[in-house]
Amino acid sequence: MKKPVVTIDGNEATASVSHRLSEVIAIYPITPSSNMGEFADEWSAKGKKNIWGTVPAVIEMQSEGGAAGAVHGALQTGALTTTFTASQGLLLMIPNMYKIAGELTSTVFHVAARSLAAQGLSIFGDHQDVMAVRQTGWALLSSASVQEAHDFAAISQSSTLKSRVPFMHFFDGFRTSHEVSKIFQITDDELRTLIDDDLVREHRARGLTPNQPVLRGTAQNPDVYFQARETVNPFYDATPAIVQDMMDEFAKVTGRHYNLFDYVGHPEAERVVIIMGSGGDTAEATVNYLVEQGEKVGVLKVRLYRPFSLDYFMKALPVSVKKIAVLDRTKEPGAMGEPLYLDIVNALSEGDRSDVKVIGGRYGLSSKEFTPAMFKSALDELKKAKPKNHFTLGINDDVTHTSLDVDASFSIEHSETVRCVFFGLGSDGTVGANKNSIKIIGEETDNYAQGYFVYDSKKSGQMTISHLRFGPKPIHAPYLIEANQANFVACHQFSFLERYDILKYAKEGAVFLLNSMFGKDEVWDTLPSEVQSAIIEKKLRFYVINGYDVAEKTGMGQRVNTIMQTAFFAISGVLPREQAIEEIKHAIEKTYGKRGEAVVKKNFEAVDATIVNLFEVKVPATVTSKMVRRSAVPSNAPDFVKNVLGPMITFDGDDLPVSAMPIDGSYPLATTQWEKRNIALDIPVWEADLCIQCGKCVMVCPHAVIRHKVYDEKLLADAPETFKHMPSKFKEFSQGFAYTIQVAPEDCTGCTLCVEVCPAKDKTQAGRKALNMAPQPALRESETKNWEFFLNTIPDMDRKLFNPSTIKNSQLLRPLFEFSGACAGCGETPYVKLVSQLFGDRSVIANATGCSSIYGGNLPTTPWAVDEKGRGPAWSNSLFEDNAEFGLGMRLTIDKQKEYALELVKDFEKELSLDLVNALVNADQSDEAGIQAQRERVADLKNKLSKSSDTRAKDLVSLADNLVKKSVWIMGGDGWAYDIGYGGLDHVIASGRNVNILVLDTEVYSNTGGQASKSTPRAAVAKFAMGGKSLGKKDLGLIAMSYGNVYVAHIAMGFNDQQTLRAIIEAEAYDGPSLIIAYSHCIAHGYDMAKGLEQQKLAVQSGHWPMYRYDPRLAAEGKNPLVIESKEPSIPLSQYAYNETRYKMLTQIDEARAEELMKEAQHDAKSRWTLYQQMASMHYDANNTEEKKS
Amino acid sequence: MTDLSTTYLGLNLKNPLVAAASPFSKNIDKARKLEDAGISAIVMYSLFEEQIIHESLELDHYLTRGTDSFAEAMTYLPDGGVYSVGPEKYLDQVAGLKKALKIPVIGSLNGVSKGGWTSYAKQIQDAGADALELNLYYIPTDLDLTAQELENAQVELVAEVKSSISIPLAVKLSPFITALPNFARRIVEAGADGLVLFNRFYQPDFDMNELKIVPSLDLSTSAELRLPLRWISILHGKINTDFALTSGVHTANDVLKTMMAGAKVAMMASNLLANGEQIIPSMLTELEVWMKEREYVSIKQMQGSMSQKSVKEPAAFERANYMNVLNSFRDLR
Repeated sequence: MKKPVVTIDGNEATASVSHRLSEVIAIYPITPSSNMGEFADEWSAKGKKNIWGTVPAVIEMQSEGGAAGAVHGALQTGALTTTFTASQGLLLMIPNMYKIAGELTSTVFHVAARSLAAQGLSIFGDHQDVMAVRQTGWALLSSASVQEAHDFAAISQSSTLKSRVPFMHFFDGFRTSHEVSKIFQITDDELRTLIDDDLVREHRARGLTPNQPVLRGTAQNPDVYFQARETVNPFYDATPAIVQDMMDEFAKVTGRHYNLFDYVGHPEAERVVIIMGSGGDTAEATVNYLVEQGEKVGVLKVRLYRPFSLDYFMKALPVSVKKIAVLDRTKEPGAMGEPLYLDIVNALSEGDRSDVKVIGGRYGLSSKEFTPAMFKSALDELKKAKPKNHFTLGINDDVTHTSLDVDASFSIEHSETVRCVFFGLGSDGTVGANKNSIKIIGEETDNYAQGYFVYDSKKSGQMTISHLRFGPKPIHAPYLIEANQANFVACHQFSFLERYDILKYAKEGAVFLLNSMFGKDEVWDTLPSEVQSAIIEKKLRFYVINGYDVAEKTGMGQRVNTIMQTAFFAISGVLPREQAIEEIKHAIEKTYGKRGEAVVKKNFEAVDATIVNLFEVKVPATVTSKMVRRSAVPSNAPDFVKNVLGPMITFDGDDLPVSAMPIDGSYPLATTQWEKRNIALDIPVWEADLCIQCGKCVMVCPHAVIRHKVYDEKLLADAPETFKHMPSKFKEFSQGFAYTIQVAPEDCTGCTLCVEVCPAKDKTQAGRKALNMAPQPALRESETKNWEFFLNTIPDMDRKLFNPSTIKNSQLLRPLFEFSGACAGCGETPYVKLVSQLFGDRSVIANATGCSSIYGGNLPTTPWAVDEKGRGPAWSNSLFEDNAEFGLGMRLTIDKQKEYALELVKDFEKELSLDLVNALVNADQSDEAGIQAQRERVADLKNKLSKSSDTRAKDLVSLADNLVKKSVWIMGGDGWAYDIGYGGLDHVIASGRNVNILVLDTEVYSNTGGQASKSTPRAAVAKFAMGGKSLGKKDLGLIAMSYGNVYVAHIAMGFNDQQTLRAIIEAEAYDGPSLIIAYSHCIAHGYDMAKGLEQQKLAVQSGHWPMYRYDPRLAAEGKNPLVIESKEPSIPLSQYAYNETRYKMLTQIDEARAEELMKEAQHDAKSRWTLYQQMASMHYDANNTEEKKS
Repeated sequence: MTDLSTTYLGLNLKNPLVAAASPFSKNIDKARKLEDAGISAIVMYSLFEEQIIHESLELDHYLTRGTDSFAEAMTYLPDGGVYSVGPEKYLDQVAGLKKALKIPVIGSLNGVSKGGWTSYAKQIQDAGADALELNLYYIPTDLDLTAQELENAQVELVAEVKSSISIPLAVKLSPFITALPNFARRIVEAGADGLVLFNRFYQPDFDMNELKIVPSLDLSTSAELRLPLRWISILHGKINTDFALTSGVHTANDVLKTMMAGAKVAMMASNLLANGEQIIPSMLTELEVWMKEREYVSIKQMQGSMSQKSVKEPAAFERANYMNVLNSFRDLR
């Protein structure tokens, strides 16, 4: 019988086994493991059964710590239980892991191994997380490919049942978890053969039950703890042999054989590399190549890292070995070496092979590429008499000179393997189409196939790069396609050519397919000279298709995916053209059929229209173009931006040396301004004749690309010709002042929120507003000049000259958060930006991990900015779970140091003058003028004490800045505030300290792709709540109000921007904890983001999002602190909800359930409203009134 | 005993009061209440092909938007598997109503593509509908599209749908046709078994605060009866088909007038939406009382009795009618 073949990624390969072998699954999202939980949840929601015929119970927890606790409990009561995690998530599981191991409990955790947050966070793959749990007593089993991830998921389960030692099965995050590969699938019957049901029943029998009660989890004392800890030794001793037995059994069942240590190479190898994870696949392929060349080399792939079996290790290692290089995909600063290296040194010592020379090195941190050339350089190093120890591979360490030289020209790519690289725009569907192509090739031909995808760091995604390999031989190449190796290069976005070196991938004679608005006869003259030159020199066959046009005509919009996929099959000849078209259509039906005929039809039309629009270009013999590729950043950018961030922007960051990097993770602010992304097709154009200068457009702009200023009209003398202006209508600045709204044309994302919010309509033509969208290209040059003039020549208005409590005034404040990588139309960033405007020059910000930390802090360029004096928000991200505490710590420092400074300042009356000391101590800093005056005093203080040699004076100078009022902001999403960070948040608001907490509430975990949080409302569909969330949204505001001393505001800018402004100003002014919960529309809600503000109105009108402020200061005045600022619900909840796919899709999946949940959700809205009404009408003045009477 | 029965599209109905296309048919319990109250047949809400296409494309758009472009979030919404975004929900409702009701169920369809019209017509038939009403709802905004072209296309469409089904076919017309009698005849010649006069369009309204266009549909009044009443009166006896009147049926009198104009059935929606099914028994009683008092023995007896062909002054339905109104107005003064 032919074995079932599937083309899937590593996460799905793992989850497909794990789900079939589990009864209980506790999950929590974390990249890159989230998909495993999502698959499990989806399958259980659809009723998919495990091999025993029952559907596993899947539950989402509030954190990985919570997931581990739930797993522990489920295990203790006898269920086959699992979880999936990575990185920080795994770290949170450590305490339970010790318990689970100590209690000899059979379980498997599946981990997509990922970097740990140190000098910076990274979502990409290495073994730092795995190595952080090697001491917990768990068996660690490493798989190196998608097939192995699938296989080892089964082997680990059968082994844990037999050994009673808990197993962590891990594979490389992204490289394996996200690689799509053709694999042989393990059938249910095979799994039943592999899993011993008697062992399952024994596991169950060990579960806690009142029928045979035991007590587990005692507190032990010095007399016996030690001995009890040693009782488990026999189980660890037995485990390696058990795993090998299971591997042997697995081979009998599936034909695929593994060993605890798999040696590949020359039987008498003298030089051997030892490695673990996907790098082993690269190593094996390279060793095979080198052995063919006659080299006596080999690689030992570590599968079972813990328990480490000396016996099996020594047996696997060829006796001929003289030198070993151990490669660790991790880093332990300060250690004698990385963990695998130290283990091998120790093993050789204990195995009486101290004669073998061992060196260790690091490679592949954060998914850094690990290529055959790098592997070879480690082997080559062993040839040297004095090989370098503690080396690094794949980077240029010019600081401590650890790196080995790598011969970049060395390649082992097989000539029969076809390699294709596709450059797509984030929104054009290229990756999805390539995943389908891989499936077609993998499942409809005898070819092996592999796909791996690289993404941009911006959420409003720019470029994706798809790396596809296929061919008649199994593919062992877990690394990107290298320069000069691709047989096929496709560029799906014409503008990429002027920014990136796309053709570096093409080998001689390769095919180059370009999506071009220019035809075959015109396109040549539109190409930059570097592109022309590469086409000629590499003798490329050059094809064009106007995919934009075909997409437009067939209703595909911007999605050129199907068109470019069809063109790829048509040119590449992987399959006969007719068959390819048939297969593409089949894939379209499979992918989109469930969404309705219309979707299938438009895709079919796109396929059919492709072939006739595909043309080969006759390539001229010489380069004719005068255009050259644009540099990443302008020449006037700061050196750091040009030399360090610039290469990152052009995907050349791998070439940056260690010395280029900041040593402690500190980066300069205001760098997004240098990365001109030009992603908007249309940008807003200001019509001064209609404008009422309300400032609403400036306030709602998520990317701070539209701004207004009032200024001395004399400045217009130097204005560019097309610079627009009108007389100022500001009452503070009327005579002699001009007003301008200006757009940053190259930074705008084209979201249209500004146009949507603009209230000024033309009386003769209602469709024309004071802002209207127009195509960007025609405006780019003139508006860039205007923007430069607006930004740099016209000064910001002095903050102390106006009160920022009106919308228009507040928007005169310079945004110190600009051009972020957030989604176009983001609902969070307008709030973040507003905080930056109001308080950015004196703020310290703690930002929970999530969307806001990614668009706020993801390299290359970051959006937090500085004012003209160089002041700006000092921003930091600690973790996901601790953000409130992190921010509280900042407050404690500021308060303590202010206190100390106040203590010190009194000692220097003589030097400073009594007046200055008194002024410093008693400064009124309740407004901008007061703050500026205090800054001047502090400057005066520093000036007067700067030359003092008194150590206390020096201390005072170093602390004096804390005498100026500082604002501590704690920001994050609902995943943090409602779930993982809730305990901390609760503690911080209960502390009474002056911190301002801004919850950007999107009602899902947006950053990891829309998983349900406790903020997710009833009846909404989210990942982990596929059948619609059955419980109502947690009322965080109500909980906070219950303390009585917390300022709480529930705001929605789209409903009432003035209330938003007022709440944020009040919260900051309140000398105590403040909690602002801000409705943030989100891409995960599934509707047109341009309508986000409109939808916010409906959210309020339907009662889903009541608006209120709770100000404890009012209670002190004898008033009710709760002021409700929205009216009784006036529209049905469904009128709001069913504008959004997250709600509407449930009506399309299960109408009856949707109706039921909507009814309940409607009730939620009503009862919440009633409760608030009652709270707001309570009398608070009884005591005070009595006092007044007396 | 007074015989209220009538026939429509070959269906034998116990009385001429039919529920016009309305949200009642979306709920089986509500439809059953209409039946229990005495309604003789039910026309379902329309299956709008345009809406099906829109929902399908919308779902696809939002499930796809932003996907596969950011490493942490390959998608933003779970893909729930099979969605009923096609005609399935409608077809299930046809089948559900058929199962729950004894009275005939008439499907209603508004298509946009040729393939859509015929394929959905067939599916509605297969789901069990007793007859099909085609809703020729179309707002011509193209300056180059002539009346002739549009009429030809609609006639052709009726012929195609007719050839694809075996159940009776009614066609619901718009009143805005320059030469309605000719067009009506062509529709019948193309295969329509009945004509439903007239369609009421959603009319856009203006929001004066926002300067925005908002869709609006007010419930009809008895005054609106007169337009279809006139046209059924004119066409009755000239075109051999079953007429149904819809728009403005609110009272027993309205039903009687409808019958006298020459319609086989009077279709009612607004009054049901405003007052519920309880108005039906009283209307039927009133109808019967009126007939008894005037010694009508059957509805059939009066059908067409006031049509243009049957009245003394046929010109009253034409320009003279307008003159008379003016005259009567003058007389009143």
